[in-house]
Amino acid sequence: MRNVASTPKKIGDIQFGLLGPQEIRSMSATKIITADTYDDDGFPIEMGLMDPRLGVIEPGLRCKTCGNTVGDCPGHFGHIDLAMPVIHVGYNWMIRNILRSTCRNCGRMLATDSEIEDYHATMEEWRTQNRDVWELIKKTIKKETRGKSGHECVHCGEIQKKVEFDKPSTYREEGHKLTPVDIREWLERVRPEEAELLGLNPDVAKPEWMVLTVMPVPPVTMRPSITLESGERSEDDLTHKLVDVLRINQRLQENRDAGAPQLIVEDLWELLQYHITTCIDNESSGIPPARHRSGRPLKTLSQRLKGKEGRFRQNLSGKRVNFSARTVISPDPNISINDVGVPEASALELTVPLNVTPYNIDVAREFVKNGPKEHPGANYVVRPDGRRLKVTELNAENLALRLEPGYTIERHLVDGDIVLFNRQPSLHRMSIMAHEVRVMPAKTFRINLSVCPPYNADFDGDEMNLHVLQSEEARAEAKILMRVQEHILSPRFGGPIVGGIHDEVSGGFVLTHKHKHYAKKEALDILSRARFQSELPEPDKVEDGTEYFTGKQIFSLLLPSDLNLKYRSEICPHKDCDPWDPETGEGCEFDGYVVVEDGELVAGTIDEKSIGAFQGEFINRIIRRHGASFTREFIDRMTRLVLGAIMHDGFSTAIDDEDIPAQAQQQIDDNVQEARDNVEDLIRQFEEGELEQMPGRGLEETLELKIMQELGEARDQAGKIAGEHLGMENPSVIMARSGARGSMLNLSQMAGVVGQQAVRGERITRGYEDRTLSHFERGDLGADAKGFVESSYKDGLSPTEFFFHSMGGREGLVDTAVRTARSGYMQRRLINALEDLRVEYDGTVRNTVGTVIQFMYGEDGIDPTKSHRGKPVNVTQIVSDVVGETAEDEPVEQVDEDAYDSQDAELMRSLQDEMDIQNPDDFEGAE
Amino acid sequence: MPKPFKFDVLKHEFVPRHEIMSEEEVEELQEEYDISKEQLPRILNTDPGALSVRARPGDVLRITRKSDTAGQATAYRLCVEASDA
Ligand SMILES: [Mg+2]
Ligand SMILES: [Zn+2]
Ligand SMILES: [Zn+2]
Ligand SMILES: [Zn+2]
Repeated sequence: MRNVASTPKKIGDIQFGLLGPQEIRSMSATKIITADTYDDDGFPIEMGLMDPRLGVIEPGLRCKTCGNTVGDCPGHFGHIDLAMPVIHVGYNWMIRNILRSTCRNCGRMLATDSEIEDYHATMEEWRTQNRDVWELIKKTIKKETRGKSGHECVHCGEIQKKVEFDKPSTYREEGHKLTPVDIREWLERVRPEEAELLGLNPDVAKPEWMVLTVMPVPPVTMRPSITLESGERSEDDLTHKLVDVLRINQRLQENRDAGAPQLIVEDLWELLQYHITTCIDNESSGIPPARHRSGRPLKTLSQRLKGKEGRFRQNLSGKRVNFSARTVISPDPNISINDVGVPEASALELTVPLNVTPYNIDVAREFVKNGPKEHPGANYVVRPDGRRLKVTELNAENLALRLEPGYTIERHLVDGDIVLFNRQPSLHRMSIMAHEVRVMPAKTFRINLSVCPPYNADFDGDEMNLHVLQSEEARAEAKILMRVQEHILSPRFGGPIVGGIHDEVSGGFVLTHKHKHYAKKEALDILSRARFQSELPEPDKVEDGTEYFTGKQIFSLLLPSDLNLKYRSEICPHKDCDPWDPETGEGCEFDGYVVVEDGELVAGTIDEKSIGAFQGEFINRIIRRHGASFTREFIDRMTRLVLGAIMHDGFSTAIDDEDIPAQAQQQIDDNVQEARDNVEDLIRQFEEGELEQMPGRGLEETLELKIMQELGEARDQAGKIAGEHLGMENPSVIMARSGARGSMLNLSQMAGVVGQQAVRGERITRGYEDRTLSHFERGDLGADAKGFVESSYKDGLSPTEFFFHSMGGREGLVDTAVRTARSGYMQRRLINALEDLRVEYDGTVRNTVGTVIQFMYGEDGIDPTKSHRGKPVNVTQIVSDVVGETAEDEPVEQVDEDAYDSQDAELMRSLQDEMDIQNPDDFEGAE
Repeated sequence: MPKPFKFDVLKHEFVPRHEIMSEEEVEELQEEYDISKEQLPRILNTDPGALSVRARPGDVLRITRKSDTAGQATAYRLCVEASDA
C-alpha cells in the first residue's frame, strides 16, 4: 500500500451506487455468525466480529487475508446473512417515492406509456444539453407521487391504495402493514428503466437493494478495540452495535426455524430493524438513540461522517498545524507593537530549523549543548542523510561535538524570530500579522495594547494562535509584507487602524489638557518611560529656582519637527472657535482646537482623534511623511509617554463621578414631571378627539410619535442638566469626552434618567391583553405603562422599569447575534467569490483565466490603504505644504460603526415587518 | 432575435450609456488590454441595455457610467446569446 500511494493518480469521476447482496458477499473476507469477539485467552474468535481475516490492529501480527502488518493492511469487510430482510434507513425517502409512484401489482410506473416515453425523451435531451438531470428527476417524483389511491393501473388494471409511511421505517397500505419482504418483492417488480426516471441508475443500483438481506461488516481497522491501562478491553461503538445486530439476528433465526409464534418472530424482526437502523444512523428521527452502558448515545456510521466533528469537517477539510501555539493573551505596554511576548514554555516546544555552516557552527553547538530543556537550546539534530536525532539531556554534549556543516538543527524560538500571530475570526488581512518574538516568563502571549484594534482583541480571556515560520523565504516575505508596522494603515478606510486605546487616550488628555505644569523632575520621570533621550526645551516657567514644563511641551518632544497640524479634536463641540490661549484663557474653553507648528503642540488637547486607533490624525500624518518604521517608533514611545503621564497624575473613576447636586436632581424631576403632564395631556386630547393628525400618519401613530418626542426631550434635558454638573475635571467625563471609553449618554443615564425603552423602534406594547403588565390598567397609554424608565442606573430601576429595560436589552442582544451570523455568512460567500481575483500590472482586475472583472481597480485605480480616508489625495495638506501655512483639516466623515449597526437594524426590521405581513398563501397563488 | 422594448430604457437617468463599438475600436481595445474577446465581461443579448442599442451576439458594448470613485468609468462587455450563458 505504501508504494501504491506514492504514484499520483487523477480521479476522473466518482460514481455512487448501491451494494447488492452478491457484491457484499463477494467482497467479504468471512461470514460472521457469532456475537462473541474474543475467547478466554484473549484470542479473536473465528467468524466472530474480531475475526483475524477482517484485518490486523495489533502490531507484529500479519493479516490472514492480505499478509500485511498493521498500517499496510487496509482491513477487509465481512458480512452477516440476515435472517429476515430489513429496510436501510438511508433510503426511506426513495423507497417511499417508488412505492407511491408504481403499481402495487405489476410494479410499473403509474403514468401512461406515452408519458413515460416523454420522461425518457426529456431526460435524454437534458443529458445531451449537460443540464442537471437531478432537477428533472425531482420534478418527475413530485408529479408522480401525487395521491394514487383509488386509481386504476393503466398497465394491469389493479386498483391502487394509498401508501403511508411512519417514521422510522413502517409502511402501510390503508392500515395494512407492508413487511420488508413485501416491499422487497414490490421493488423487484419495478422496471430498471422506470427506476431511472425516479433517480436510481440501473447500471449501479437495483431498487430491491434498498432492502438489506445481507449486511456488510466493516473491517476491524475502522473500529479498533483499545486496551485500557487496567488490561481491560474496550470496544468501539460500532462493534458494540454489530454485537447487538448479530445477537438479535441469531435469535430471530432460531425462533423462526423452531416455528415460534408469529408475534414473537415479528417482535424480533422489529428489533433487528431497530439495531440495523441505529447501526447506520443513531440520530434518525422517530426512534430513541441506542446508548452505551454509561448512557452516552453511540457514535455509529452516520455520526462519524456528519456535522462539525464529523470526518469531513474535522479531518478532511480541517488540518492541524505543526509549529503552532495557542494561549491566552495579556497586555504589555512596554513591548513594541511589532513584538509578541512568548512564554518560555512555548519557546521550548517551538523550533526553527538552522542549517549548520562553518560560520554558525559555534552558535549551533551552543544550542545543541543546552539540550531540549534549557532555553536557547535545540530539540532535534538532522544529519545530512536525513536522519533525525532527538536531543536529550544525556546526549546533548555528544551531539554538539559531532555537529558539522551540512547538518540542520531544530533550535528553540529566540528573541527576534519572526512568527505569524492570529486571532479568530480572521475577518480582514490584519487578523494575521508578523511579530518579532520576545521570550518571557509566565504563560501568556503578550501584545502591545495598540495592536488590539486590528485583531479586535481584548484581555477578558481571549486566546490567539502563533505560527513559527520554517524557511528563509517565508520569514523574508512575512517581515516585508506582514509585519505589524506595515499594517498601521487599514485598507478598509485609508487611515490608521493601530493606535492608542482606553488609558492611552485618557493619558494624552491628562498630559496635554490646557497648561498643566510639571516640575523638571516630574517631566523627566514621565519622559523616561518613553525612553526619551535628548535635550529638554526651555522651561515654560521657573518658580523658586524650579524649572516647570507644560504637558504640551513634554508631548511635543516626541513629534517630528516638520509636523504641522490644525484641526478640531473630539472634545471641541464648536464649529468656529479659536485656539485656547493660556495667557488670556480665551478661545475654545475645552482647549479642543489642536494646533501643531513645526513639531510643537501649541494649542489643543490630545484625544482619540489625535492618537486613537481608527482616527489618529497624528499617526496618519506621520506615517505618510516618515514611513512605517518611524511611525512604529512614534506609536511605541508616544503610548508609553501618555501612560507615564496618567500613572504620574493618577486617574480613577468611581460611582461618585456620577453624583449630582440635590438641586439638579430636583430640576430633573420637575422636568420629567412636566413631560409626564404633557403626555397625559396628549392622551386626553387623543381620547377627546382633539389631537391633530400629523400628515401621512394615523391618529394613534401621531400620538405615539408625540409621546416619544416628549419623553425623548425629557431624557435629553435630564442629560443636559446632569452634564452641566459633570465638568471636565471629572474622570468619567474625561473618558467620555476624549473618546477613551463610554459616552456622555452613558453618564447621563447613570446620573439622570435612563429614558424610554423601545422594541422595534416603538414604545413597548406587547405583553398581556391591552396592557404590557398586570400592574397597569387596561388601555393605559401613559409613560410608565409603556416602558419609560425615569430612574437612573445609579438610583436603580423599579421592578416594572427593570422588566421593560430587559425587553429592550434583549432586542439588542438578538440583533447582534443575528447580525454576526448573517454578516459572517455574507462575508464567507464574498470571500469565496473574490478570493482568486487580483489586480494586474495594467490596473485591471482579473480572475485566474484572465477574464477582466474590472477594467480599472475600484474604477479609479486607487489603493484604499494609501488613500486619504477613501479619497485619492488630501488636498488640504498639499495646499498647506505648498503655501507653507497650515490650513485647518476638513472634518472627516467619521467611521461610525454604530451608525452602520443601527442602519442595519433598521433595514432588518423593515424586512421582518414585510415578512410578517405577507401571507404564505399569497406565495402559492403567485406561482 | 429578442424584441426591443417599446420605450428606451437608456433615457432613464439610472441607466448608463450603452454603445456598440466599431470593429476598429474593438481591435484597439483588445490590443490595449491584451485580451481575446472571450476574456471580456459579458452582457446577455436579452439585457434591456443591449436590446435598446440592438446589440447582437458578438458585438462589444461600451458602457459609460457615473462612478462614486472616479467620476466616470467605462466598462466593455461582449454581447452573448442568452441561451448560451
Ligand atoms: Mg474578549
Ligand atoms: Zn489485510
Ligand atoms: Zn399495474
Ligand atoms: Zn472649541
